[in-house]
Amino acid sequence: MEAQLPPYSIKMMLPELFLFVWALVVITFDLLTRRKSGSAVGYLAMLGLVICGGILSITGYGRGFGMMFINDPVAVFFKVIFLGAAFMAIGSSFGITNRKIVNHRGEYFGLILLSTVGMMFLASSQELLSLYIGLELTTIPLFVLAGFFKDDRKSVESGIKYMIMGALSSALLLYGISFLYGLSGTTDIVQMKINLAVTQLANEGDIGVILILATVTILAGIGFKLALPPFHQWAPDVYEGSPTPIAAFLSVGSKAAGIVAFVKIMMLGLEAFYDPVMKPNDWGILVGVLAIAAMVWGNVAAVRQSNIKRMLAFSSIAQAGYIMIGMVAMNQYGLAAVGFYTFVYMFANMGAFAIVTVVEDQTGSCKISSYAGLSRTSPFLSAALAVFLLSLAGIPPLAGFFAKYYVFAAAIAMAGSSNGHTWLYWLVGVGLLTTVFALYYYANVIKTAYFAREASPYRLRPLRPALLVIAIGLLGVLIFGVVPETIVDFARDLPYYIAH
Amino acid sequence: MQIPYLSSLVFVPLIGMAVVMFLPKQSKWAIRWVSLVLSGIAMVISIWLTWDYYFNLAGSAAMAYVEGPFEWIPSLHIQYFLGADGISIPLLSLTGLLSFLSILASFNIENRVKEYFAFFLLLEVGMMGVFVALDFFLFYVFWEVMLVPMYFLIGIWGGPRKEYAAIKFFLYTLFGSIFMLVAILILYFTSEPHTLNMLTLIQTSPGLGHTLQMVCFIFFFIAFAIKVPVWPFHTWLPDAHVEAPTAVSVILAGVLLKMGTYGMLRISWPMFPDALRTLSFWIAVLGVIAIIYGALVSMAQKDLKKLVAYSSVSHMGFCMLALAAISSVQAIAGCMFQMVSHGLITGALFLLVGVLYDRAHTREIAAFGGLGAKLPVYSGIMVFFSMASLGLPGMSGFISEFMIFVGAFGAVNKVLVGLGVLGVVLGAAYMLRMVQRVFLGNFDESRWGGLFEINFREIVSVAPLMVLTLWIGVYPKWLSSMMSATLENLVTLMAR
Repeated sequence: MEAQLPPYSIKMMLPELFLFVWALVVITFDLLTRRKSGSAVGYLAMLGLVICGGILSITGYGRGFGMMFINDPVAVFFKVIFLGAAFMAIGSSFGITNRKIVNHRGEYFGLILLSTVGMMFLASSQELLSLYIGLELTTIPLFVLAGFFKDDRKSVESGIKYMIMGALSSALLLYGISFLYGLSGTTDIVQMKINLAVTQLANEGDIGVILILATVTILAGIGFKLALPPFHQWAPDVYEGSPTPIAAFLSVGSKAAGIVAFVKIMMLGLEAFYDPVMKPNDWGILVGVLAIAAMVWGNVAAVRQSNIKRMLAFSSIAQAGYIMIGMVAMNQYGLAAVGFYTFVYMFANMGAFAIVTVVEDQTGSCKISSYAGLSRTSPFLSAALAVFLLSLAGIPPLAGFFAKYYVFAAAIAMAGSSNGHTWLYWLVGVGLLTTVFALYYYANVIKTAYFAREASPYRLRPLRPALLVIAIGLLGVLIFGVVPETIVDFARDLPYYIAH
Repeated sequence: MQIPYLSSLVFVPLIGMAVVMFLPKQSKWAIRWVSLVLSGIAMVISIWLTWDYYFNLAGSAAMAYVEGPFEWIPSLHIQYFLGADGISIPLLSLTGLLSFLSILASFNIENRVKEYFAFFLLLEVGMMGVFVALDFFLFYVFWEVMLVPMYFLIGIWGGPRKEYAAIKFFLYTLFGSIFMLVAILILYFTSEPHTLNMLTLIQTSPGLGHTLQMVCFIFFFIAFAIKVPVWPFHTWLPDAHVEAPTAVSVILAGVLLKMGTYGMLRISWPMFPDALRTLSFWIAVLGVIAIIYGALVSMAQKDLKKLVAYSSVSHMGFCMLALAAISSVQAIAGCMFQMVSHGLITGALFLLVGVLYDRAHTREIAAFGGLGAKLPVYSGIMVFFSMASLGLPGMSGFISEFMIFVGAFGAVNKVLVGLGVLGVVLGAAYMLRMVQRVFLGNFDESRWGGLFEINFREIVSVAPLMVLTLWIGVYPKWLSSMMSATLENLVTLMAR
């Protein structure tokens, strides 16, 4: 018997296929030059990302491989974020590859590209298994990258820790997915949504405890990926130990991948079970609690950090909390706000980490105290760092402010829309109050750099690619703060593609 | 096409900031003069607007020099919308004037000159913007934009406890702002069609339910009260004032505090008349507490700058008392007079305290004595402003306090007004006591023999303030006629 293949279109997958091949090219190039490729291999990887972006822009929307692979605005929007994060991570890596990992440059850059392929694949998958594969393809290269400094015990520790945590969370996610498959008899997310609704109706609104189990395990699995408390303990250690550009990539790229997985499974597949009407199957309030935990714990714990990478780790936990506010606002603003927030967060966070990398290259330290007096010797980089941190804190007219405004607007619109959702007001209240804490620790770094009476003994000399990354970050944070409409215009259509 | 006066007010300082940022760090004089000239242009525009408004537009309560509304972020109905009327015009020229004078007074800053003037001009952008924005989002952006340069100005060029004062100011104000943000979002989503246009919302928002009005009113009140500062929220002020460099204290007292009362007059008072009526008694109580408390604490101060700082708490208390008299045009006009006059007088007092501190390197009242004989010109000017501050007739402080009490007597609980009048007596007490201990008595030749007289640049930076204080004091009609139409309209809106 001949198997019937669904209609497929390679064209839809062209950006992913290209990037996959390019990753192999990058690795081979390094080998062919007998590990003497120097910075060229890094530039080659960056070039690949730019070409991939070009291919993405001409690919257009559509489906391939039946319902499994879809290129809709949501997928494209997040793919742009993944490509941007990878580009900026590679751009800020040159200092490290020149000094510390001279003999494995090809693998280092190649693995970043492979991880990006996984993220892009994930963003396009409309089916639970391919989604899971995408997530694995994303994280497995990152385990290696986190432990890339083989002689550094902290780096090895962080690699192993990340791998164990990643494996555990994947197992949880897979377990939850198996429940969903059992309930609905399909792995296609859209079909699953319909089947679940039918089952729900057939059982007179009582779909059973299995769905609760599925929801909780999936949330735990994604919670690990997004580092939402109480699943966050790995994040600060892993960020601290791994190479700084990889920590940046983890905090933006892999976080955005987790967000996409959340959007696909929860917002699309389990959309019907968001509402409090569906008690006890509703997941909205559960995610709300996770968001509150993330904002409170992330922001409070960040205050006490003396290592800037750990501080940024906790800050990214808190930022994920703000993003989750947009997730639980399931209206025409929610996903748009999530998209915009993630997009802007990429510029600010990658930019901040790029400067941390430059400082670490020069001073060998990630202590906040090593930033003392930097504004005297390196005014441009200090100003850039201040701009990135103030954007993360949400101070206008920087883009981070509009992102927060958008997220809170979405939540307040949802809270005011019906009586069952007034709990979202609490989410907004906690979110806004914790921004005050956030400002304190971000301002603490700025204070160290600016208010010191003595000038710093270091004068920062960033490499050209790192400068490029910082400039891109600055432009993004400033331009999308003053004229966000260009992105908002794109982002505001996203909810429609998920809802229908 | 109409000339965009208000946009140029906002963006001329921004251009100045950009220019300063591209000047080399070493050319200190170029940086100073560029800043002075650009803020001078902004000042000239603001004075021209006052002139034009006074002669041509003051008869109407409508917004003048309107720009927009232009679409800014259409998908969330955010607009670029500027306009000015009788309550913003005087504050705009006050901002223009004080910014110019403060920049002039900052010429003696030698440390990190480039950053200082860049931040100062950014501060001016935010202040101008707040007074002209008619879109809530735009208003909020300008409101927050100002915090960042203020944080740096206090934190880098401030006194011994600068880090603490800077972060306290930053966090305190941000804490207030988040309440405002929630209120803005609630107003946005309850309006139909959704809008952030202040003028439209003033027309429609009294239709909100009483509870919602109360919530929004209180949220806005927290944000504005922290800025004013109203009594329980005032603790950031003495720290910020004492640690800030002289020119920043001037701006802080002269303009930033007014943004709180301006916000009340522009936004929360006309927008939520129901809630206002319910709470006006308590607002008066807060005002009277601030008057008495500020005056008593001033009396106990040993530090000259702290004394002036706490006198601000007391004087802004008069504004709150006036704002509680919601049915009286006269009291509200008194509040406006008090805002302008406090800006002039306290600004000048901070400048003068700075002049003395530059020479003596101390501000301790007890350290001085008999300065009147050694520094006659300086002492004369200082005594002039002390008299203005305690409300001597013939100067602007008297006019405003008189109007407030006359207006409030018929509109607020009379016992409260009576207690408020007590503040005038206490004000005279701490000011006269300060004058006596610093300028009269025995002069310590061995310690202060090297003090030299106030110089020409410093005189130039306070002289306009003296002229205006006297001018308003002798002939207040020009100011009141400028705002009467707007204020009458405002009182009608509050009586809805």
